[in-house]
Amino acid sequence: MTLPLTPSQTVGPFLSVGLTWTDGPNVVPSGSEGAIRITGQVFDGAGNPAPDAMIETWQADPDGGFVHPDDPRESAKSSFRGFGRCATDDEGVFTIVTLKPGPLPTGDGRLEAPHIDVSIFARGLLDRVVTRIYFPDEVALNATDPLLTSLSEEARSTLIAVQERATFRFDIRLQGERETAFFEL
Amino acid sequence: MPDRLTVPHYSPTKGVHPPLLSPEYGSTRLRAPSQPMTLLPQRLTEITGPLLGEGRVGPLDHDLTRQHAGEPLGQRIIVAGRVLDEDGRAIPNTLVEVWQPNAAGRYAHVWDQHPAPLDPNFTGVGRCLTDAEGHYRFITIHPGAYPWKNHLNAWRPSHIHFSLFGRSFIQRLVTQMYFPGDPLFGQDPIYNAIPDPSVRQRLVCRWSLELTEPDWALGYVWDIVLRGSTGTPWEPQERP
Ligand SMILES: [Fe+3]
Repeated sequence: MTLPLTPSQTVGPFLSVGLTWTDGPNVVPSGSEGAIRITGQVFDGAGNPAPDAMIETWQADPDGGFVHPDDPRESAKSSFRGFGRCATDDEGVFTIVTLKPGPLPTGDGRLEAPHIDVSIFARGLLDRVVTRIYFPDEVALNATDPLLTSLSEEARSTLIAVQERATFRFDIRLQGERETAFFEL
Repeated sequence: MPDRLTVPHYSPTKGVHPPLLSPEYGSTRLRAPSQPMTLLPQRLTEITGPLLGEGRVGPLDHDLTRQHAGEPLGQRIIVAGRVLDEDGRAIPNTLVEVWQPNAAGRYAHVWDQHPAPLDPNFTGVGRCLTDAEGHYRFITIHPGAYPWKNHLNAWRPSHIHFSLFGRSFIQRLVTQMYFPGDPLFGQDPIYNAIPDPSVRQRLVCRWSLELTEPDWALGYVWDIVLRGSTGTPWEPQERP
C-alpha cells in the first residue's frame, strides 16, 4: 500500500504561539554534570538576523546511545531526552543546553564523529532545512567522518562549531556568503 | 548465527514538498538556501527521533475551547484523523501540535498587528498524542482568514498549523491544514508553492457527517501521511 505523502508548509511568523516549551532549550537541566551550551545566530541572505526562527536538535547521548526502538544495538538504558528546541530571540539568537554526544557506528563498519542533527524552521522556509553540528575538539574523528570528508572544505567549515570554554558557537547562514551546508533528507 | 539485523531506510520525497525558493512567497527570497544540497545518509541519528510522551500533553490540551474561563467565539469544530506512514502503518503515541488564529483571524501573538479583536477565551494552541491506531482529535473553532503583507490585498486561506514528529528525525513534518472550498486558495502563494495541484489537495480536510456532532459541532477529517520505510541490513560493530 502506498499512501500519498503530506507536503510541508512554512511554520509562519507565529510559530512561538504553538511550538515553544519553557524547557525546550534544556536537553539537560542547566548546571548538569558535563553540560555544554550551543549558541548561535540565524541570518538571512542579507545578513540580517532572523528573529522568528526556531531550531530543533536531535542527538545521541555521550556514550553514543539512543532511547529508540529502531536503534539495532543493545542499548544502554539511558533517560537522555536527546531533543532540544529553541525559538530565536530579537537578535536571531538561540541557545541549547545539552551533553556532548558520543561517536556512532555507521552500520557498514565506519564511525561517525560526534554530531547533532539540526532542523531550522522559519517564516519564508516552506520546509525545514537540515544541517549538522560537529565539534572542533574532535579533530581525529572529524578527519574520518564519512559525511564531513564528502564535502568541500568550504562547506565542511560551516558545520564545525567554535569553542569558547563550555560554549560552542554555531551560526546558521540561510543564504549567501558562508552559507551553512544544508542537507537533503 | 543471530538473525540478520535491519534498520529502516526511508523512501525519497519525490518533489512533494514545495521548493524552498518560491519567489511569489516573498519571504523565501532571502531565506531559501542557494547552494545545492548533499543527500544526508540515513544513519542512526536520522532513523531515530524524539519519542515525546504523556508528560508533554495536559488533559485539556486537545480542546482549544476549554482552556479559559469562558468559551471562545466562533464556529465550534472537531478536527480528527490519523497519522500514518506511506506504507499505511499507523504511527501510535506520537505528539501532534497545532496552533491557529481566533475566529476573527488574529493570533494571540505580540507581532500580530491585524486590527481584528483578540478573544480572551482563545489562545489557539493544542497538543495531543495519537492513540494505538494513530488517531488524533482536536476540538477548536473555525480559524478566521487573515491579511498579510506578501502582496497588495493578500489574504491567507483559513488554516490550522500542524507539527508532527512521527518516529524518526526523518519523519518530522510541519505543515498547514486547509478547509474545503476556500475561495482564497487561488491567490495564496504558500498553498500554491506546492507545484502539483493534486498534491496541494492533500492539505485540504474533508467535512464529515459522521464526525459532525448533532446540535454541537461540525466535523472535519484530515489524515496525515509521513514518510514510509523498508528494512535495510545493519552490520553490528564494536561499540566505539
Ligand atoms: Fe498562519
